[in-house]
Amino acid sequence: MPLSHEHRGHVGMWCLIIAESAIFTIFVVAYLYYAGKSLGPTPREVLDLPIFISICLISSSFTIHMAERAIARDKTRLFGIWWLVTIVLGAIFLVGTGREWYHLIYKDGVTISSSLFGTTFYSLVGLHASHVIIGLTGLSTIMILTLLGYVKQEHAPRIEVFGMYWHFVDAVWIVVFTVVYVITR
Amino acid sequence: MLVTAPARAATRPLFDQLHDWITTVDHKRLGILYIGYALVFLVIGGIEATIMRIQLAIPHNHFVSPQVFNRMFTMHGTTMIFFVAMPVVFGFANYLAPLMVGARDMAFPRLNAFSFWMSALGGIILYFSFFGGSGLYGAGSAPDVGWFAYAPLTAQAFSPGHSTDYWTIGLLVSGVGSIGTALNIVATILCMRCPGMTLGRMPMFAWLNLVMAGLVLVVVSPLTAAQIMLMLDRYLGAHFFDTQAGGSAVIWMHFFWIFGHPEVYVLVIPAFAFLSEIVPVFSRKAIFGYSIMVAATLTIGFLSLGVWAHHMFTIGMTSYGNAFFVGSTMAISVPTGIKIFNWLGTMWGGKIIFKTPMLFCIGFLFQFLIAGLTGIMLAAAPFNWQLSGSYFVVAHFHYVIVGGILFALFGAFYYWFPKMMGKMLDETLGKWHFWLFVIGFHLTFDFMHIPGILGMPRRIYTYEPGRGWETLNIIVSIGVVFQAAAILIFVFNMIWSYFKGKAAGNDPWDAWTLEWATASPPPDYNFATIPAVRSRRPLWDLKHPEDPDWKYE
Amino acid sequence: MLCIGWAGMAMAAPGGDPAVPSIFSPASTPADSVYHLSLFVLEVCFLIFIVVFGLLAYSVVKFRRRPDDDGREPAQIYGSNQVELAWTVIPILIVVVLFLATARVIHAVEDFRFPPNTTEITAVGHQFWWEFQYPQQGFITANELHVPVSDVKTPTPTHITLLSADTDHSFWVPILAGKTDLIPNRTNSMWIDPHETGVYVGQCAQYCGTQHAKMLLRVIVQSREDFNRWLAEQQRPAENADNVAKGRQVFETTACVNCHTVAGTNAHGKFGPDLTHLMSRGTIAAGAALNSRENLRQWIKDPEVFKPGSLMPAMQLDDQDLNAVTDYLLSLH
Repeated sequence: MPLSHEHRGHVGMWCLIIAESAIFTIFVVAYLYYAGKSLGPTPREVLDLPIFISICLISSSFTIHMAERAIARDKTRLFGIWWLVTIVLGAIFLVGTGREWYHLIYKDGVTISSSLFGTTFYSLVGLHASHVIIGLTGLSTIMILTLLGYVKQEHAPRIEVFGMYWHFVDAVWIVVFTVVYVITR
Repeated sequence: MLVTAPARAATRPLFDQLHDWITTVDHKRLGILYIGYALVFLVIGGIEATIMRIQLAIPHNHFVSPQVFNRMFTMHGTTMIFFVAMPVVFGFANYLAPLMVGARDMAFPRLNAFSFWMSALGGIILYFSFFGGSGLYGAGSAPDVGWFAYAPLTAQAFSPGHSTDYWTIGLLVSGVGSIGTALNIVATILCMRCPGMTLGRMPMFAWLNLVMAGLVLVVVSPLTAAQIMLMLDRYLGAHFFDTQAGGSAVIWMHFFWIFGHPEVYVLVIPAFAFLSEIVPVFSRKAIFGYSIMVAATLTIGFLSLGVWAHHMFTIGMTSYGNAFFVGSTMAISVPTGIKIFNWLGTMWGGKIIFKTPMLFCIGFLFQFLIAGLTGIMLAAAPFNWQLSGSYFVVAHFHYVIVGGILFALFGAFYYWFPKMMGKMLDETLGKWHFWLFVIGFHLTFDFMHIPGILGMPRRIYTYEPGRGWETLNIIVSIGVVFQAAAILIFVFNMIWSYFKGKAAGNDPWDAWTLEWATASPPPDYNFATIPAVRSRRPLWDLKHPEDPDWKYE
Repeated sequence: MLCIGWAGMAMAAPGGDPAVPSIFSPASTPADSVYHLSLFVLEVCFLIFIVVFGLLAYSVVKFRRRPDDDGREPAQIYGSNQVELAWTVIPILIVVVLFLATARVIHAVEDFRFPPNTTEITAVGHQFWWEFQYPQQGFITANELHVPVSDVKTPTPTHITLLSADTDHSFWVPILAGKTDLIPNRTNSMWIDPHETGVYVGQCAQYCGTQHAKMLLRVIVQSREDFNRWLAEQQRPAENADNVAKGRQVFETTACVNCHTVAGTNAHGKFGPDLTHLMSRGTIAAGAALNSRENLRQWIKDPEVFKPGSLMPAMQLDDQDLNAVTDYLLSLH
C-alpha cells in the first residue's frame, strides 16, 4: 500500500505505539523475572481478578470505535455520546484501580517498597494507569472541543489516530491482565 | 526544478535572528542546531578525554583525584554518545532526509522542534550536575558511575546525593527527544516522498536513516524503562536492582545492553549512509549492489537486537547462553562485512577523486575493517573473558566510533557544508585536518590495544608501574595532541569558510541526489516545484539523458 | 596496526615475566585454552585483514582519477550476483568455523568437572578489597590468595566461588584465567590450575567505585608442601605477645573491632579485612602499599594518603596509641 502525505498521522502513531510497547515489554519482563521470587504476600493471596473494570476498559475500545464511525459519517451528536461513554468507562477503570490499590496498601500492606512483588506490580500496573490518565486527558480535551462545536467531520482521520492510542492502551491492559492476574497469580 | 539562490535579504536585528532560530520549525535550521550543539559537546567531551589522558600518561600521577577522574570517564562517555553522536546523526537526518526524498519539510515540524529542545535540555540537565550534584563529599558533582551506570553502584546506598539522578533524568529527557525525532524520520521517509520515488528508488541515505530511526524507536525505550526503574529504586524504595533486598544487578545489565548494543548501530548506520552517498560520487559510479546494501542494513538492524549479552560474557552465564551470543554476534559480522565489500565494489573500476570528503571515507574503510576484526576477536567469548573490561575493549570501540563514525562524519561535513552554508570548506585545511587526525588517531588507538592485552583494566584513575604499561600509555596520550590540533583546524576551517569560502553553487560535487537540485543553502520551501523522479539518481538522469539510470533499474 | 599487535604479542610470549600480566603468557589451563583459541582467531582475522586491506589499497591506487582523464564517467556497474553471492557465502563459512572453535573452548572451561582433590576457595568482593575464605580449612584471609601448584599430569585445580558484599567486581589475573565477575546476590564460579609456582598479579576489572583502581590482586602459587605449611599457619589463632598488650587493648577498645576480625579475640568485624595473620601478607590496602611499619602506621593514621576514597576512616588516634596499635598489628604473624 503506497503511503502518502495523509497517512503520516497514522504512521507517526504507530511509531509511538512501537516505542511505548518497548517500554511496557521491559516492565513485563521485570515482572516475570521476579515472579515467584518475592518474600511477603503472594499475588494469589492479595489479588482479585478485576473482571468488571477490565470489561469496562475493553468495551471502551468498542465505544471509541463507534465514535470514530459516527464522526466519519458527520454524525457529530452521536459521536459526542459515544465519546462520553468512552470517557466514563475509562474513568470507571481508573477508580477501580484506585480502590484495588487502596485495599492492597492499607489492608494487605503491599507497597512498592514492601517486596519484589510490590515493586513490579505497582510499577507495571501504574505505568499502564498513567497511560490511561493521559488518554483520558486527551479524550476530555476532545470532549470539550466537541461541546464547543469545534469538532467536524473533516477531523475524522485525526480522531482515528487518537483512537489508535486508546486501542493501544486497551491492548496493553490485555497483556498486563494476562501476565499479572492469570499466569503468575 | 533547478532553483538558484534568492537575493540576500537585508540583515535583521540580532534579537530577531535569535528569535527566529529559537522558534524555528524548519528542518534545515533544526538540523544545524543539532549539529552545532553536537560540535560544542564534542569539544567538551574531548577536554574530558584529554584530562584523563594527562592523568594516565604516567603511573601514580596526581593530575586529578580519583573522584574527578571517575567523573571524567562517566561524563566523557555519556556526553559523546548522547550529546555528540546522537544529535549529530539526528541533525544530518533532519537536514537531508526531506531534501533527498523531495519534500518541503519533515512530517511533523513542530514535533521536530520540540524533540530538539528536549534533547538539548537533557544535556543541560546532565551538565548542571557539575554545580548541583551534591555528591558524597557535599560538593556539587557530576555522576561518577560510568556511562553504563551498573547497579547496584547506582543505588542510594552507594551513590548518595544527586549526581546519579542528573545522569538518569538528563538521559530520560533527551530520550524523549530521540523518540520524537525518530518518529518524525520514519513518518517523513514513508509518507512524504515525491512522486515516482518508490521505496526502491530512495537514496541509500534515506533507507539507512529509516532503519536507524526504527531502531531508535525500539531500543531507546528499554533504557527509559530501566531509568524509570532506577528512579523508583532510589526514591520510592523499589527493589528492581536492590541486591540487598533480593533484586538483581544482572537485570540492569540486560536492560541496559538491550539498549546499549543496538545504540551503537543507531550511530554507525548513519555513518554507513554518509559512505553510501559520498563514495559513489567520488568514484563516479553508482553504488554497487543497492538491493543487497538495503537488505544487509535491514539484517543488521534485526540482528543487532539479538547480540546484547556479548557485553556480559564475564557475568557467569551458562555455556549455552554464552554460545548463543557468540553465534549471533559473529553472524552480524556477515552483513556488515558485505557492506565493506560493496563500497569496495563501488570504487572498483571507478575514477576516484581524492577530495577531503573521500579521504575521510577511505580512512573509514580501512579503520572500520580493523574495528570489525577486533570485534570478531571480542565475540569469541573465551577471548573476551581476557579482553573485556580492559583497554583492548576501549581501543576497539574507539576504533569504531572515532576511526569509523567520526571519520565518516568529517567526510559528511566536508561534503554537505557547501549545501548548508553555500560556501566550500577549504581543501588545504581539510587535508591538514585529515592527516593530523589520522596520525593522532593511530598513535592513540592502535597502541591502546596493547595495554589491554597486557592486563590493564579500564576505568582506573592510575596504575601500577612495572607491569609494562608505562611507555604505551605515554604514546596513547601523545596522540591526543595531534587530534586536538586537527579539531582546531577543522573548527577554524568552518568559521573561516563560512565568511570567506568559495561560493558553492547548487551542485559543487557533480552529484546525483535531489538535495543538489536546489540552491545552496536551499530556500525555506526547499524546491520551487516538488520534483518527480524515475530512478535512484534523478540528477544523473538529467545530466545523462542519453543513458539514464531508469533504463537499467 | 596489526603489526603493532604482533609486536605486542611477541613482547609477551608464553613463559614471559609474570610481573607483566599478559594474556599471552598463560600459566594455567583456562588461560591456556583461551590463548590457543585466541591464536586461531587472530590468524583468521589476520588473513581476512590481508585480503580486504589488500583489495582496498589496490583499488585506491589503481582506480584513482588520472591527471590526463578524459572527463567521461566510467562504466556504471550496478552489481553482480555471482560476486555478491561469493562474498556472502565465504564469510558465513568463516563465521561457522570460528563459532564451532569458540563453542568448544567455552564448554571446556565452563563445564569443567572438578576432581576430588580440588582446593575450594570462596572469594567475596568488597569495596575495595578481596576477602578469601578457605571453607575446607575453616579460616578467612584477605587480598593475597595462596593456591597450590597443579601438576599437568595429575591436576590439583583450585575452584573459586565468587560472591560480592556490595557492588559488582571482577576477578582478573590474566596469566591464570579470563576474568569472572563478582555480582551481589549471585553466585559465580571460576577455576585455575597454575602450572608453575610464583606470584601472579591482577586487579579488579569491573568498576566498583572510587578506589576500583587500587583493588589489586596477588595470587601466590606454592608447592604442595609450602601451601600446606601456609594453611597450617593461617589456621592458628592470632598471636598474643605480651609486649604488645597495650596496642591490643587500644585495638579492642577502639572502633577497629567494628570492622576487623582477629581470630581468638573479641574482634569479629566483617566489614574490613581479617587481620589475624596480617604480617603474612606482602602488601596492605589491597596492594595499595607494601606491608611495612611506616606504611601500616600511615594507613591507620590516614588511609586517604594511599587510597583516597577508601572506606576505612582515619582513626584519630594520638601518636602514642597509634604506635602501640601499629606494634600490635606488626605482631600478627
